[in-house]
Amino acid sequence: MSTVVLLTLTGLGLGALYFLVASGLSLIFGLMDVLNFAHGALLSTGAYGTWWAASGHLPGAGPGGFGFVLAVAFGTAVGTLAAVLLELAVIRPLYERPREQVLATVGVGLAVPALLSAIWGADARPFPGPAALGGTFGLLGAQVPVNRLVLIAAALVVLAALRLFLGRTRHGLVVRAGVEDRPMVTALGIDVRRAFTLVFAIGGAAAALGGALGGLYFGSVDPGQGTSLLIFAFVVVVMGGMGSVTGAAAASVGVGLVQQFANYYTTAGLGDLAVVVLLAALLLLRPRGLTGRLA
Amino acid sequence: MTTTASTEARPAAAPPAAVPGPLRRHARWWPAVLLAALVTAPYSSLPLPGLLDGPLGSPGSLQLLALCLLFGALATGYDLLLGRTGLLSFGHALYFATGAYATNTIMLEAGLPFALCAVLGLLVGVLLAALLGSVSLRMSGIGFSMVTLAFAQAGSILVERDPGGFTGGEEGRAAPAERLPAWLVGIGHTADLYWIALAYLVLTLAVVHWAVRSPTGRVWEGIRENERRVEVLGLRPYGFKLVAFVLAGALAALGGIVHLLLTGGATPQTTTSDFTLSLLVMVVLGGSGTRWGPLVGGVLYTWADHRLGDLAGSDAVAGLPAVLRVPLSQPLFLLGTLFVLVVHLLPGGVVRLPGRLRAARERSRRATAPRRSTAKL
Repeated sequence: MSTVVLLTLTGLGLGALYFLVASGLSLIFGLMDVLNFAHGALLSTGAYGTWWAASGHLPGAGPGGFGFVLAVAFGTAVGTLAAVLLELAVIRPLYERPREQVLATVGVGLAVPALLSAIWGADARPFPGPAALGGTFGLLGAQVPVNRLVLIAAALVVLAALRLFLGRTRHGLVVRAGVEDRPMVTALGIDVRRAFTLVFAIGGAAAALGGALGGLYFGSVDPGQGTSLLIFAFVVVVMGGMGSVTGAAAASVGVGLVQQFANYYTTAGLGDLAVVVLLAALLLLRPRGLTGRLA
Repeated sequence: MTTTASTEARPAAAPPAAVPGPLRRHARWWPAVLLAALVTAPYSSLPLPGLLDGPLGSPGSLQLLALCLLFGALATGYDLLLGRTGLLSFGHALYFATGAYATNTIMLEAGLPFALCAVLGLLVGVLLAALLGSVSLRMSGIGFSMVTLAFAQAGSILVERDPGGFTGGEEGRAAPAERLPAWLVGIGHTADLYWIALAYLVLTLAVVHWAVRSPTGRVWEGIRENERRVEVLGLRPYGFKLVAFVLAGALAALGGIVHLLLTGGATPQTTTSDFTLSLLVMVVLGGSGTRWGPLVGGVLYTWADHRLGDLAGSDAVAGLPAVLRVPLSQPLFLLGTLFVLVVHLLPGGVVRLPGRLRAARERSRRATAPRRSTAKL
């Protein structure tokens, strides 16, 4: 029983991490048809920003208490800024060419981790975090790491905030309409390009937050972390139905749980394979993903 | 995106004085001349300072040249999907690695002679491409790209985790020298390996050229331009896309076997998604959907990748201030940046550059003397 509780909570924590990456990815894809290969780079940017601030480089920020909150906020802000720059400098000049937009993000996705490892080395760096989040707590006989709960809470907050933004605000309405039918929104005289920048900023913020919290989850940061998480986020986006934030959330939970349970009950590494088998099975049964959206 | 026909059509529109007739007719033979030069390269001791470390025929230079040819061929095969059919696959590394790993594993575990193992390895690659292609082609557009990526990632994880000790994990596994024919082993036989890479390139170019010209190739072109229209014509794009996928997978698996021989083992780097992304960079760098573009891109990329590594470790870079030294020490940073620049500034890749320059010159000439040129026409 205690093992099941532990696996469930760690699985949900991993799913929360996937969701933070996949939500922005899914929105960007749904609105712009851009598979953002630089999304992992945004995550790494957020992770390194937080690590840099929490290591004492930013006045007021530090590994504990409010200082850590400030460090996470700083990392998220850096990631958001990077996302906006990416959209304005790399994506927007290729406005009429979605295929080239994807290719350009591939270049950024290669260059940014290389730059990070040039500056801070290719090896993993220990991630500073508050001592309170480093411990465990007892639940139904299981010793669960506290940071998993932080991840789950953060993902729930982001999900709620995104749903409120998309459902209740005018900008959200434009984004949702753009995901559904971009030519129609453009024809109505709405500047979809502004929505693009906005979605990139939101996606970058979520990914950077994911990077900062991923540092807590893994206990370290390394330049390749973003890219390896990105691939599972892609799986989540396909399974959830492209452009659907709720679908991405459901698929994240599924993927995180399957991965943790399969990794524990079979040999390590088979969980990652199980995710791909799950994807293949789902596609054979429902080619449009969980929410039935067309790819 | 236009086909190769447009590059051939463009000079006809240019004034006849630009390229004299006989020269153009002779220029058509350049692939044969180049091939002859490449075949005889191992006999040459021509020094190419800056381009290569040693003289042309030295083992080190031949090894690099062979890798350049191999990746040129691999990119050409990959472009069968990207440039010819419009399928953006992120999982091509899987079939390349399957060719290398399956051949090597059968050689090591079953102890069969190399030729038989190569055939079996190729077969495994083709079967895997058929199986995974039939699943991933159920998705279209970017969904297909993501699914191919997921499958390739699964393969990469499998190789890294090393179930049953078949793949050697992060170390990879060296090819058994005693099972290989003697003329393929050792630094003294680099020329033979070079010729094998060249033969693979010629074969790939021939297969791609033939396939694109075939009726199936025309359907691929139709799918790339407008898949819906192909469906309206009463053809099922699925089958045609699967043929392209399996053919490209077979060429990649064959390339994996050549790579196994060239590098003397199967390495896990060939299974990563970065490997597929570098193929993508090669194709787009050279010019997707053109006959020579992917080859040029593959050769340029491989050469730059190796030489940039040398540049990064050189004294000239070490003496630079940190702002320049830090990015320059990372070949991937340079290649990634270069790729973004190519996508932005050179749509159509390097092979389109001469045509674009000619068109720009023509425009500027027309701008300076608009009256006279129209009066002559």
